Parts: sequence; structure tokens; C-alpha cells
Amino acid sequence: MLLEIKNLHAKINGTEILKGIDLKVNTGEVHAIMGPNGSGKSTLASVLAGREDYEVTEGEIWYNGKNLLELSPEDRAREGVFLAFQYPVEIPGVSNTNLLKTAVNEIRKYRGEEELDAMEFLELLKEKSKLVELDQKFLSRSVNEGFSGGEKKRNEIFQMAVLNPKLAILDETDSGLDIDALRIVANGVNKLRSKDNAIIVVTHYQRLLNYIIPDFVHVLYQGKIVKSGGKELALELEEKGYDWIKNGKSEVAV
Amino acid sequence: MTETEFKRWFINNFQNFEKNLNGEKTSFFHQIRKDALSKFSLLNVPTTKDEEWKYTSISPLVKHNFNVLPPKVEIAPELVGKFLFDQLEHHLMVFVNGEFRKDLSKLDELPQTVEVTSLSNAIKNNHPALLNHFGKYAEDSNNLFTALNSAYTKDGAFIFIPKGKVVEDPIHIIFINRAQDESFVTQPRNLFIAEDNSQLTIIEHYASDDDGIYFSNSVTEIYLGENAFVDHIKLQEESKKAFHIARMEVDQERSSNFSSHLISTGAVFSRNEFTTRFNGEGGESMLNGLFMIDGEQFFDAHTMIDHAKPNCNSHEHYKGILEDKARGVFNGKVMVRPDAQKTNAFQENNTILLSDDAVMNSKPQLEIFADDVKCSHGATVGKLNEEAKFYLKSRGIGEEAATAMLIHAFASDVITTIKIEALRDYLEKIITQKFNQ
Repeated sequence: MLLEIKNLHAKINGTEILKGIDLKVNTGEVHAIMGPNGSGKSTLASVLAGREDYEVTEGEIWYNGKNLLELSPEDRAREGVFLAFQYPVEIPGVSNTNLLKTAVNEIRKYRGEEELDAMEFLELLKEKSKLVELDQKFLSRSVNEGFSGGEKKRNEIFQMAVLNPKLAILDETDSGLDIDALRIVANGVNKLRSKDNAIIVVTHYQRLLNYIIPDFVHVLYQGKIVKSGGKELALELEEKGYDWIKNGKSEVAV
Repeated sequence: MTETEFKRWFINNFQNFEKNLNGEKTSFFHQIRKDALSKFSLLNVPTTKDEEWKYTSISPLVKHNFNVLPPKVEIAPELVGKFLFDQLEHHLMVFVNGEFRKDLSKLDELPQTVEVTSLSNAIKNNHPALLNHFGKYAEDSNNLFTALNSAYTKDGAFIFIPKGKVVEDPIHIIFINRAQDESFVTQPRNLFIAEDNSQLTIIEHYASDDDGIYFSNSVTEIYLGENAFVDHIKLQEESKKAFHIARMEVDQERSSNFSSHLISTGAVFSRNEFTTRFNGEGGESMLNGLFMIDGEQFFDAHTMIDHAKPNCNSHEHYKGILEDKARGVFNGKVMVRPDAQKTNAFQENNTILLSDDAVMNSKPQLEIFADDVKCSHGATVGKLNEEAKFYLKSRGIGEEAATAMLIHAFASDVITTIKIEALRDYLEKIITQKFNQ
């Protein structure tokens, strides 16, 4: 098993957001986590990546045999965890190439591998930028600075392609994208999908899942996974809306 | 010492200084020194009650008895090599404890008509340009430290570029200070004259190879004739226990272009007063700076850009990175006089505080007396962007490397305006060494 989340509770600024999440992910699988706004989807993604604003109060996360919660954000990345940000940060003065070169070499160093030389690295960038139809001129520009929403999301998937993670978490990568950009992003993800990695797609809308077909769909509501199923669950949600889940939940409570 | 004693010290020691001038006492130039000394004796030692010294207390400075005669020390040529830049073709002037060292300098490849020599030599020869320009831009009357420098003027760099001459490679001027056991004061006096249509690049470099206590009180005057081009880089890497007070006064004639960068990392206390004045239309001026201080270092930049004539452009950008208990002051004044229509002035000061104990006082000032101008100014003081840092870390980049990357990025818009590649590389290296060891 690649990832196992057990009874995860987390809070931010004293408010509990995650209230006991259980999730198992194997390599080769794509899991979709859906849910209404405020259900805790992005919190889950942030906790997995190691954002320090969140405090884990209970539970465990095991990743590839390691206790993920004991690893720093950079070590998680070096172990193969990748988060595609919902809101990618603009970093003026740091070029995309510089970021990726530093990242690739720090990861290789961690794994005891030789650094890539300039030629090999440029080849890698060239090859991967095609996956998301990213123009070469983006490489020399500052990270996300002045990028459109779609460009930012494509850049996230481009970084994912270059870093080649074992576990990728896509946090609302579809939100705000027009259909063309959505298709490009989804195509990129599909090409990266393999039997050796796993992808968690966090999304509010079913639309993305027409392009990235999940093996499992989980519905997160009020900090808990309240329903799990196959890809047809996403369609059902699309048809009935989240009220169905909310009502269902209250029925259970009654 | 008290402030009064500090002044008395320099007045009383003047005789000792005179004795060491080797009979120069009777020269015409010596009268300038004596006049300056009398002005010095009339001026008050600045305190934090003075508006221009509000955040800058010189009490740590006045505590010391600085020997007015710096010790003569031997410097091996290899040591000078430590302060040179890789891959940079340059002409070289070396001063050790204030004194010009011809043996360590390298000036043989300069164009014939260009004069690059020591100020003491220019004084000895009564160089006409010296008499025309000396003390004309950095006046003694309102500045205690300038008056002190003038009174004790003995040596420094003297550069005279005649009309239409171009010096392509930078002239690297290094002031190496080494205090050994006794603290001393060194007072370099520089005069750079670039006549009409000439071109010159200067690296004014203050450095030390140990952590001695000394006081470096320098004055630099720069004159740009019509359409002259001067690129000036000052690198302040004094000993971490040194006091550094420096004034630079720039006079720009019509259509001249002055570009300057102050890179400051050294000294426990440093104060920089830079003024550039447009005396003709169509001038361009750039005053950029980058200071990186830590421990208990104190840095102060007081700048003034005087738009006295129309159609001039100025660009000023100072950036600071403060760690530990470091304290910084930026006071930038842009004066747009009534005649100076169509002025374009940009001024910005940004500082990053890497610790809760670091303090920055920033005061941009615009004084505009013309109505058809474009001026902007701003100041920011903040911390490193934690969100950006997390983003980098989430890509596998470690804490130190991520910090260094963001510092590089922060400093980059000042570094990229430096025209000399070897210096840009040197600065990038300093940042990497400081933040990502």
C-alpha cells in the first residue's frame, strides 16, 4: 500500500476541520475526493503536503512504509509526494527553470543520485513541457508571475511531470479552467498516470472526472468521508448535487 | 569620550598629522586643510536630536581614541588577490591604511591621456583639475565629517578623464584596512572627474582581512561633464568592528549619465550620504543599493537626488536584508525644484527582516515644487514570503536553499542593474554563502 490514512484529525487556528479520515491508496490507482465547499478537501491536501498552519491532533498517515507526519515538507517531496496547489504562488525573481533545477537536484541528492548536468536537465524540461503544451519561453519566466489561471495550473502539472512523483495530490486543479485548458491539464495527468504511481484528485466538480477517470470516488463532508464508491458515484453527485449527501447525512444522524 | 572630547581629540592631534606631511605644510593646499579644521571646530557633533541623525547614534563611535596616523603595515600581494573579482579585466589602485601603494597597484594599461593617480600626487603637482573641483561638491560648511576629512586630507584616488576619452575596463580601487593592535582613523579623499563625452567605470571597494577596530571616514566627489557616462559601484566590506562614514557628492552636467550601486555588508556602524545634482537638462541618474547586515550591525543610507533642471530621470532602489539584531535606516530625499519640469523620478526602498529583533527605519521623502512631473516613491518592510517558501519546500527544496532562493530573488532587481557581470556573480556568491552554506 502506498498511502494509508487512519482516523486523521486536524485543526487550524483552533478549529477542527478534519474529524477522522480513513483512506487507503495503492499504486496504480486514481482516487477522487469530492465534497462541497468547506468540507475539508483542501485541508486534507495541505496536511498531506506538510503545511505547518495545520495541526494534526489525532491519527496517522503512513506513506510507502514511512510515517509521513514525521517528515518535513521537503522530505515528503523528496520521497515522492507532490501537491499541485489550488492557488499556485507567484515568486518574482525565481525562474521556472531555476526552481525545477534546484528541486530536481535536491531530490536526486537526497536519493544518493548524481546531479543532472545542464544538457540532460534541459532535455528533460523540453520533453515534459510538451505534455502540457507549455511554451518554452515560460521556462525563463518567474514562477507563476503574471500567468493566467490556466497557465498556472498547467505549470503545476508540468512540475509534476518533471519531478515524477509516486503520489500526486491535485488540489482543485480544475477550478477556474475553461474547457480547453481543462483538457490540456487532464491529458497531461493521464499521460503521467502509471501502475507505479497514484493520484488523488481533489475537486468540487464532476467535470474533471470526465477526463481523468478515477478508480475510486470519496465524498468528504464535514471533515469525514461519508461515502465511497466507483466512478459512477461522481455522476450520481453531479445529478443529485451535494444536498443529497447533506440530507443523507442528516438522515443517518436521525 | 564625550562628544566635545571627540572633537577636541581631532583638533589637538592636527599638529601630529601636520608633522607627517613632509614639509607640505607650507603648500597652497595646506591652507584648505586648515580652513576645514576651523570649520570642523565650529560644527556640532550630530546627535539623535538632529533630524538627519534621528535614528543614527554615533555614541559608539565617539567612545574611541582613533590614532590620526594609521600604522604602516606590510601587505603581501597575494592578499590583494583575495579582494579581486574572478574574470574581470581591470585597472587597479590599492591603498593600505589610507596610503596609496603603487607597488600593489596596476595602472600600466590605461590610455595615455587619462590620469589615474593618488590624490597625494595630484596635491604635490598642484593639478589644475584638483584646484578646480576639490571641495566644490562636498562642502565642509554643514558637515562635520566632511570637514574632518578635508582637514586630514592626505591621500585617496584621483581620476581625470579628459574630454571624449573612454576607459573601458573598470578601475578597481581597494582600500584595505588593517588595525592590528591600535585603532586608527583613515580618511580617504577621492576625486573623479569625467569631462564632456568621456566614460568611466569605478569600483570603490573598502575591505579588511581581519576584524580590527578602525574608523574609515571617506569623501568622494564625482564630476560628470556634458554627456559623460560614469558607472560607480561601491562595495563596503569593512571589518565587522569598523566604523564607516562616507559621503559621495555627484555633480551632473547636461545629458550626463550616472549609475551607482552601493553594496554594503561590512562594518559595525556605517553611514552613507549620497547626493547627486542635475545641473543641466537631460541627465540620467541611478542610485541603487543592497545592504545585508546581521549581528549588531547598523547601516544608514541618506540619499538626496536634486532635480534642479528639467527633463532629467532618476531611479533609486535600495534593498535591505536584516538578520539578528541588525538595524537599518534609509532616508531618501528627492527634490524637484520649480524649474525642473518633466522630471521623472522613481524611488523605492524594500527591506526584509529575517528576525523579530531586526529593525528598519525607512523614510522616503519627495519635495516637489514643479507641476509637470512624474514621481513615485514607496517603502516596504516585511518578512520573507512564507507561502513562497512552502511552495519551494513542497518541491523538495530544503529550508536553507529555499531561503537563499527567495533572498536571491528579492535582491535580483538591484543585482541585475549592475553592468559588470563579475560583480553580479560575486554578489550571487555572497548571498549563497550567507544563506545556504
